[in-house]
Amino acid sequence: MLVRFWGTRGSIPVAMTSAEVKRKLVTALVAAAGRGLDTPGKARAFVEEELAFSVSHTFGGNSSCVQIETGGPDYVLCDLGSGARVLGNNVLATGGPNGHRFHVLMSHLHWDHIMGFPFFMPAYLPGNHVRIYGCHDGIEEAFRRQNAPPSFPVDFSRMDARIEFIRLEPERDYDIAGLRVRAKRQHHGGDSYGYRIERAGKVVVYSTDSEHKQDDPKEVEAFVEFFREADLVIFDAQYSLADAISVKEDWGHSSNVVGVEMCQLARARRLCLYHHEPIFDDERIAALLAETRRLEEITRGDHRVEIHAAYDGLEITL
Amino acid sequence: MDMELASRRFADTVVLFPEGRIDHATAEQFKAALAPHLDTCAAGRDRVVIDMTGVEYISSVGLRVLMLASKQSKAQGCTLAVCGLQPVVREIFAISRFDLVLQVFPTLHETLAALSAEALAAFGAA
Repeated sequence: MLVRFWGTRGSIPVAMTSAEVKRKLVTALVAAAGRGLDTPGKARAFVEEELAFSVSHTFGGNSSCVQIETGGPDYVLCDLGSGARVLGNNVLATGGPNGHRFHVLMSHLHWDHIMGFPFFMPAYLPGNHVRIYGCHDGIEEAFRRQNAPPSFPVDFSRMDARIEFIRLEPERDYDIAGLRVRAKRQHHGGDSYGYRIERAGKVVVYSTDSEHKQDDPKEVEAFVEFFREADLVIFDAQYSLADAISVKEDWGHSSNVVGVEMCQLARARRLCLYHHEPIFDDERIAALLAETRRLEEITRGDHRVEIHAAYDGLEITL
Repeated sequence: MDMELASRRFADTVVLFPEGRIDHATAEQFKAALAPHLDTCAAGRDRVVIDMTGVEYISSVGLRVLMLASKQSKAQGCTLAVCGLQPVVREIFAISRFDLVLQVFPTLHETLAALSAEALAAFGAA
């Protein structure tokens, strides 16, 4: 199983500013001074091996979209944020215009999680098939509404792919594209749903837009069970813990601290920080990753949790 | 593990001394032990200081108890401060950003010096 991230930013897509690009260039050029990087190969090796990630790369700015690659012919996605636009274009470029089937697990229907669909080109092409799954009422209405005036110029009816909406019930196992899938209701405005996805002994949990209030031990235990021994937990870490339980209480998001603790309790193998705060630049997310790794290290018992920070383009093989 | 919460009064300031780990297993005990001290804390009267010298670990649930205590103390117009963080706990405060939302001092002496001259004098005389 391979997990590929197409959109990792929370709440709204963002783009790097000119000032940020300039800062990266200045940092890289100063670091490269006197290094004799006079060929593309030497320069590439320097960039890949010696510069910090936050200098040589970007975490990216597309909103939520994650692909679970199973080796089968179908595409399995979580959410259709703006990252879905990039994925759709990639599918058409590499696989041709038709004959594709997509299975999409929707966490919820907030704008940043559905906004990629009007720009998801495979949906406009006949011969493709999009199956959109979720636990909310009104999924179809939410998708049709964003493709209607005054929000968008091209009506949903112009999408010529076969598009289906499939209602799931939480706490039930489903077989979707050869994966065992179970949804769990989460604290978020209007509710959101996490997904535990299993195949051939590998487990990935997609749990975004989920506030953990920690005021009910039974609820904590239920999430620990949901995360139990997962190979990868994709976790909403948009806020600091202090913000999440004070000024941003009930805003529906969680923190890196809670992510580490829950993965430790669940003995999960990897934690991936996800749904990054849109005001954070690359240096800030890199610092968050370093702090989270340090937190895991100083609080570790007999189980190590590998910490990642999601970025647009990240691939994790389970 | 039980949560120990000894207390000492220095003039207008009550100092609490939790011990051990404040985590999923002990946070409710910590909250219950803290409650009577917070209930009597009010503007212009008592101050509450939590001396964490004996705390080796605090989880998010324990930090939540501190946040609730801070909210209650603000609502009552009283002062709540924390001091004596061990290195690991200090790092947890920094990573969770609790060092930005609570009054945190290095030592009890420095806390009392900042909060109450009467309490500092009583502490010095003790």
